[in-house]
Amino acid sequence: MTLLKLENVVKKFSGLVAVNNVSLELHEGEILGLIGPNGAGKTTLFHTICGFHKPTTGTILLNGEAVHGLKPELMCKKGVARTFQIVQPFGNLTLLENVIVGAFNTVGSYKEASKLAMQQLEYMGMEKKAQDRMKDLTFAEQKKVEVARALATKPKVLFLDEVMSGLNPTEVNEFIELIKDIRNSGITIFFIEHLMSAVMALSDRVVVMHLGEKIAEGSPTVVTKDPKVVEAYLGEELDEVKEVKEYA
Amino acid sequence: MKKSHIFYGIGLILIALFPFVTDNQYFMHIAILILYYALVSQAWNILSGYAGQFSFGHAIFFGTGAYSSAILLSKYNISPWIGMFIGAIIAIGIALLIGFLSFRYKLRGAYFSLGTLAFAEILRILVQNMDYFNKTLGILLPIGDNPWLFQFESRAGYFYIILILTIIVTVVAYLISKSRLGFNLIAIRENEEAAQSLGVKTFKNKMIAIAISGALTSVGGTFYAQYLLYIDPPTTFGNDVSISIILPAILGGMGTILGPFMGAIIIVPLGELTSHFFGGFAGIHLMVYGLILVLVILFLPEGLVGWFQEKMRSSRLKKEGNQNDITET
Repeated sequence: MTLLKLENVVKKFSGLVAVNNVSLELHEGEILGLIGPNGAGKTTLFHTICGFHKPTTGTILLNGEAVHGLKPELMCKKGVARTFQIVQPFGNLTLLENVIVGAFNTVGSYKEASKLAMQQLEYMGMEKKAQDRMKDLTFAEQKKVEVARALATKPKVLFLDEVMSGLNPTEVNEFIELIKDIRNSGITIFFIEHLMSAVMALSDRVVVMHLGEKIAEGSPTVVTKDPKVVEAYLGEELDEVKEVKEYA
Repeated sequence: MKKSHIFYGIGLILIALFPFVTDNQYFMHIAILILYYALVSQAWNILSGYAGQFSFGHAIFFGTGAYSSAILLSKYNISPWIGMFIGAIIAIGIALLIGFLSFRYKLRGAYFSLGTLAFAEILRILVQNMDYFNKTLGILLPIGDNPWLFQFESRAGYFYIILILTIIVTVVAYLISKSRLGFNLIAIRENEEAAQSLGVKTFKNKMIAIAISGALTSVGGTFYAQYLLYIDPPTTFGNDVSISIILPAILGGMGTILGPFMGAIIIVPLGELTSHFFGGFAGIHLMVYGLILVLVILFLPEGLVGWFQEKMRSSRLKKEGNQNDITET
């Protein structure tokens, strides 16, 4: 079943077309990966879906209901949660308080909210640091809390924007298992990632963007062999490798 | 019952017994000033300490409260008790107007502060130039030792009134800080975008914060008018008023419940002491007062309560760390 449907979404910033005519579908219960070279418009597309930008033209349907142009807080109320490419912590608050803010999205009382928040922290394995301040944590830990905070809003679909960048291989493996687990709990996942091993391991399907346009879509193994994708994205790397070899 | 509850209970009883300990009118006056500053600063704290919208013009609401009840009493013979509520309602109206203009058009940080400052000046100039408000002459309130007129023979009457009002405002702030609204406000202060992504309706929450803050500040204004029985534009709508509302919360700790009270308990006697010891040399007591404030803000940027909480936290974390070490070895 289609959960989220984008039809010809365009986002222009005074002349610059960041997202050009993108249409895609997100099915309920799947993990959809979004890849593309830097500046392809991936984060802009996320911002546009989550309500931080208004699409210039095009429609976005969530469960068949038009949601483009809604404010981010209303998108969250409709079950769209997200993390940020650059972590956006509430630095002076404790971890628990950070997650409580998310929990209050669906829960009314402090007692229930802190209980829900504690559960989410335990789920992410961060419960021991619940009383630490967010700004005292490492980058990887902040990312985990950000996921916990997003999950505490009880979303239907979770948007993860490069959640694994800057993590070491062990942390990446932890995160891969965690994302699978989140999906198994019934939450649909749409994620941007540069780390190809994670994309291959996680994605049911992959969408590839290049210069604002969607250039390919399909299963990860098929997409990475698509000549257009190789040229646009992986090709660059291959060229670099070639050059290095020539010099050597 | 928690230890801290007992501690606060005992503290409250001690404060409530203060009029029985001394009948020195000067000390009573200081005690009233402390409570009164704690009240208005706490009201400011809700908008600026918790929601992070730094208002530099809370005299707007203070003056509104003072003038509303004073006009109603002197012109229409309406009891200030009723005037206090009407003042609060008018203050909510003004707060929502300022809030709508500022938050709808995304005035943030220093721009919001400047906006509030400008509004306070606009109101002061309006009041100063309208016959209805008696222009610069101000309003002298009719005197009549009658509790119904919010007037008392002894200072103890005023003391208990301001004590009750300050307790109410502090409890309101405490309840807010433990509610969804409070967490939403703190989230807005810390990171507005992240707050939005978690479903926090930023505009609505800021509007609620400014309305509550404005209404409670206006209550302080009504008390001020009834305590001094004379008001004029500079002492109700002036910038000095806004600053004296802000200072206790900054000194004590913005965004903490006890901060405004702790700040007031230090700042009021400090002002009195500097003017007592350095009063002979015109103006020097203000310089000394200013110097002490600069030092405090330089070395305790989080305020006294913030500093204390941080100390408590780090010592507790240390303890836990030690315990972990012991269990590991």
